[in-house]
Amino acid sequence: MKFFHLVLANLGRHKRRTFLTIASVALALFLFASLQTVVTTLERASQFGGARRLVMMNASGFILPLPLSYANRLSAAKGITNVTWANWFGGKYGDDKTFFAQFAVDPKSYLEMYPELVVPEDQKQAFLQDRSAALIGVRLLDKFGWRVGQNVTLQGTIFPGAWTFTIRGVYTPSDAVINDDMMLFHHEYLEEKIGRPGIAGWYIIEIDDADNAAGAAKMLDDQFRNSSAPTKTGTEQAFNASFATMWGNVSLLMGTIGLAVVFAILLVTANAMMMSARERTGEVAVLKTIGFTDRTLFQLVMVEAGFIALTGALIGLGGAKLLYKLSNFNAGGFLPGFDVTTRTLMIGTGIALLLMLASGLVPAIRAARLPVVQALRRVE
Amino acid sequence: MKIPLSYNARSLLQRPVSTAFTALGIALVVAVFIGMLALANGFRAALVRTGSPENVLILRNGADSELSSSIDRQAASILTSSSHVAVGGDGRPMVSPEAYIVIPLPRKGFDTTGLANVVVRGVSPAVWSVRANLEIVAGRRPQSGRSEVCVGEKMAGRFDHTGIGETLRFGGRDWTVVCRFTAGGSAFESEIWGENEQVLPVFRRETFQSLTFRLKDPGAFEEAKRVLEADKRISVDVYREADFYAQQSQLLGSILQALAIMITGIMALGAVFGAINTMYAAVASRSPEIAVLLTLGFQPRSVLASFLAESALIALVGGVIGALMALPVNGMVTSTTNWASFSEIAFSFRITPGLLLSGILFALVMGLVGGFFPARRAARQPVVQALR
Repeated sequence: MKFFHLVLANLGRHKRRTFLTIASVALALFLFASLQTVVTTLERASQFGGARRLVMMNASGFILPLPLSYANRLSAAKGITNVTWANWFGGKYGDDKTFFAQFAVDPKSYLEMYPELVVPEDQKQAFLQDRSAALIGVRLLDKFGWRVGQNVTLQGTIFPGAWTFTIRGVYTPSDAVINDDMMLFHHEYLEEKIGRPGIAGWYIIEIDDADNAAGAAKMLDDQFRNSSAPTKTGTEQAFNASFATMWGNVSLLMGTIGLAVVFAILLVTANAMMMSARERTGEVAVLKTIGFTDRTLFQLVMVEAGFIALTGALIGLGGAKLLYKLSNFNAGGFLPGFDVTTRTLMIGTGIALLLMLASGLVPAIRAARLPVVQALRRVE
Repeated sequence: MKIPLSYNARSLLQRPVSTAFTALGIALVVAVFIGMLALANGFRAALVRTGSPENVLILRNGADSELSSSIDRQAASILTSSSHVAVGGDGRPMVSPEAYIVIPLPRKGFDTTGLANVVVRGVSPAVWSVRANLEIVAGRRPQSGRSEVCVGEKMAGRFDHTGIGETLRFGGRDWTVVCRFTAGGSAFESEIWGENEQVLPVFRRETFQSLTFRLKDPGAFEEAKRVLEADKRISVDVYREADFYAQQSQLLGSILQALAIMITGIMALGAVFGAINTMYAAVASRSPEIAVLLTLGFQPRSVLASFLAESALIALVGGVIGALMALPVNGMVTSTTNWASFSEIAFSFRITPGLLLSGILFALVMGLVGGFFPARRAARQPVVQALR
């Protein structure tokens, strides 16, 4: 557009005003993107799950254990290709008792079950061979300044006492939705230290036919129905989905607040933009007198509004995307894979376009329709 | 001389649309501010009110929640016979050794995908006198030795089979619901209570998770803590019940509060920017008017005060509208998981007069900050130039 320098000159006239308007649009969209990403991250976590993986827990509640003896019966069942188990440990690290997630797992079968946990081959062997070894997520290296080969001591809350592990390996999840701040260690080590009660927190079972997940789950539950610890089995995805519902109405809350934020800032911004357009009535009349068409004037005002809205969007949305990417934010482990999605960016851009229309249309039409003579009377 | 406030009120009415927009923008910020803090407030209140300062809660040494603790029968009887335990009217010690178990329960209107983790607490028959703020609002106390439970007030309506006389199934056994209780809005109201000796065997547990007793002398907590923690026969941590539950709310409570402050902080910044713009535009379009005021002999600082007042007035209107918009959420029940116990807790949004006031004050601050620079410009305007 050949009059673009005119638009720029208009924007540069009240530099402070232009800056403040762009900044408030940017803040609104930054906040919108952040809140929306909480929702999309939870959504993605609830949809995650290997198609062939089932999770089996004690039917009376997840805090109650299952007998370790189920492992053999599960392995022998028809259509089952791999069985592994894990236990929540609940230890705390350091003087300030920092909490992070630790699991006692059956190391070999667990790593086979989760190819998503990528471990260098030599570290994997070292982890498998040492009974007191720990495998840690890559984030913990930074968080605690740990390195491979180091001994770390945790204070048990469920299993009391001081527990020392040797870090033998570091895993990197191949899928961002999996936490990169967990610690895994040998279930055998736990059993040994607590006097071999023979318990597993839950089982993870791989089946050969993903389409028969419901049938396999029912078959397994039926097998243990009349035993000392009845089970409840479901797909991994269903397990994650039910875990996500534990957040309650968080998604709704974030969505509502996001909407309020966007609406509030749009109101104020549109208002400021309209007021600045009103001041220019005289100028518009002069431009018309020297031959600018109604159409061109309409475009000029719209382009100015569009420039402000889209620059704000670029800063706000781009800032959100970069900030969370670079800072590797995961909300203390609660929201792994926190990343602004393309969809969110597109919705944000849509909101910016809406703002352009809301704030530009009225002044633009007014500029186009302005009766010259009447307006010129006001120009001194 | 002061410029009368009616001058500002009239100028605002001169530009009703822009005034309304700015006020509404501020109103939304205030509404979100009050709403989010009401949420954090309600959550805190639910957990803080869960304990009584006259009660002592005992966990196994090193355990950080009831879930990870265990107190065996021998320890329980040693604790029960402690001289610090108050004795009830019936001559029995006011002690409740408790089982604490989290069970999956389908939410109303959901199938198994909507499972919530609900706390089942096995209590001793003495619990109704140990915890003072309990009140049975319907039905009767569960009888000792029977498979009967009492459900918290906030359970009813959110879960099926929680009505009196209905049968609730968990732990592989049927339980008759015989009463519903309130506990001053606390987290206990999200729990199911049965007798400890009934609950333990069903879940194949041999030990209690915690033990709560009433202090004989409310002032002797420190003394009781010292004696019990030093007792070689048992290995326990001793908490004041109120402090313990307050500490359980810390993680989520501070997350909520930090979130509220961050979100409203960013919103407020945006709204202040908007207010500055609006006021600048207002000042610019009224420069002849301001010049007249200055010519008439009004001091520049009166002009400054007048424009600040105008901006504050818009903000005040916005603040009041925002407070009114937030009011309906008061008392609304919502639920989330308390990650310290992995169980669901229901609580109400709590709007206090203090919170409303701070919302309106917040709006005023936004107005004053947003109005300051434009007002200063108005006051410093060169008269001659503006009058041309």
